[in-house]
Amino acid sequence: MLLTKFKRIARSGWVNFWRNGSVSLASVLVMTVTLIIIASLLLSGALLSSTLNTIRQKVDITVYFVTNAPDDQILNIQKNLQALPEVAAVDYISSDDALAAFKARHINDAHTMTALSELDTNPLGSELTIKAKDPTQYAGIAQYLSSNNSLVNAPDGTPIIDKINYAQNKDAIDAINRIMASSRKLGLAVAIFFSLISILITFNTIRLAIYISREEIAVMRLVGASGQYIRGPFVIEGLLYGAASAAITLMLLYPVTLWLGPIGENLGTGINLFGYYLNHFVWIFFVVVGSGLAIGALSSYLAVKRYLKI
Amino acid sequence: MIYFDKVSKSYPDDSIALENVSFTIEPKEFVSIVGQSGAGKTTLLKMILAEERPSEGSVFFESANIHKLRPNELNNYRRRIGTVFQDFRLLPNKTAYENIAFAMEAAGRTEEEIAADVPHVLELVDLGRKMWNFPKELSGGEKQRVAIARAIVNQPDLIIADEPTGNLDPVNTFEIIQILKKINDLGTTVILTTHNKGVIDALGKRVITLDQGKIIRDDKNGGYVI
Repeated sequence: MLLTKFKRIARSGWVNFWRNGSVSLASVLVMTVTLIIIASLLLSGALLSSTLNTIRQKVDITVYFVTNAPDDQILNIQKNLQALPEVAAVDYISSDDALAAFKARHINDAHTMTALSELDTNPLGSELTIKAKDPTQYAGIAQYLSSNNSLVNAPDGTPIIDKINYAQNKDAIDAINRIMASSRKLGLAVAIFFSLISILITFNTIRLAIYISREEIAVMRLVGASGQYIRGPFVIEGLLYGAASAAITLMLLYPVTLWLGPIGENLGTGINLFGYYLNHFVWIFFVVVGSGLAIGALSSYLAVKRYLKI
Repeated sequence: MIYFDKVSKSYPDDSIALENVSFTIEPKEFVSIVGQSGAGKTTLLKMILAEERPSEGSVFFESANIHKLRPNELNNYRRRIGTVFQDFRLLPNKTAYENIAFAMEAAGRTEEEIAADVPHVLELVDLGRKMWNFPKELSGGEKQRVAIARAIVNQPDLIIADEPTGNLDPVNTFEIIQILKKINDLGTTVILTTHNKGVIDALGKRVITLDQGKIIRDDKNGGYVI
């Protein structure tokens, strides 16, 4: 009997969905907009995260050594830094490499090149470029270097570090840290806000669709149909709205991400949205379909409840 | 079968729909309820269907106070009543067949019973050939016959017909009343409300007359007297 009842409810829900064509279409379209917003929030979250990651990777601090700093001591510092848990990478640039890079940078600057050729020796010292795992950790790394005298002083006690550019970069690093923290918070707030608004709009659309059926619900009540039996087909209809909208949304995302992918990549976000969509399809599928089914079924369930009170 | 015990119904704006109404309807009776618009006829029917609650007094169906039934009992109770309305109240997205099948499904009948009974009952009201038509494709008289077929398909103990001929021409009116009479002859209690003097006078059955929420006449073989 339970199976028969379920079959009747499912059939009735499907028939109502099909025969109420225009109402179903309107509900599906509104819900599609909601699901597109939810999917866009997923994609823009990934975009934001990747962009912040790219920016984070561009942040580093450079330790400039005095010209006569012994290489083995510099390499020792590099080894010590690499052992720190907060350090992601330490690159050693010899004074010759630094000079070559300087020349390459100023190849068109005749005055600088002339001044450089007047010098007998290489004026540039070796460098260590340090990348931290998190930009907030640069302060600690700079502090480690300036306080660890035995490591950074020559045997005669003179410092071998000329300067650490953390002080110059500090403002930029702090600004990036602040932007990253607030972008995450803002992104989350925007996501919650838009999701709520679009869910409310969908909920009201389905409520209106069921409002049209309020007299039918009264008739069903009068022929003795149970609340469950009346509500069931509407919930099935809601599920069908959700499934249809999710299918449309997933299909639309394919060409849209295909088009946006290279554009985003060229803007230096470090991510191709199309690639992201394909690689995370299973996850996006479950979020979009799950949201569609949940919003559809819940909206219908709650909307019918109101008209069952006779 | 139905017993109204000093039933009154007033609304928050102090208007009174029924005042101290008491009467009994026996099984297999055909009772017409007449009165001017606003006399309380529809409120009285809604009380029987448990769509409205009395402000005072009680309504009994057999020995049960119908306003104290639990939701499940109320569904079972309503399945024992067939209802026919002036505006037909068919489900617009269901065919004639499906409208009647819905009432049977709601009563928990099997697919085999539905497949056998629905065409049979549609034949009874002479609509066998319009089984797969939607309500919008039927005339007023045909819609009302579908509504009657839906009302009788579960073999109810009671048929409530609220001005069933209000929207029909004289020929259809006559036919609908004949169907209701036939249903009553087969042993089903019928309660009919109407404004149609001709119908009441031709029936020659019990007539309860309401005026401003009170019963002013209750005649065993009455006519339309207002």
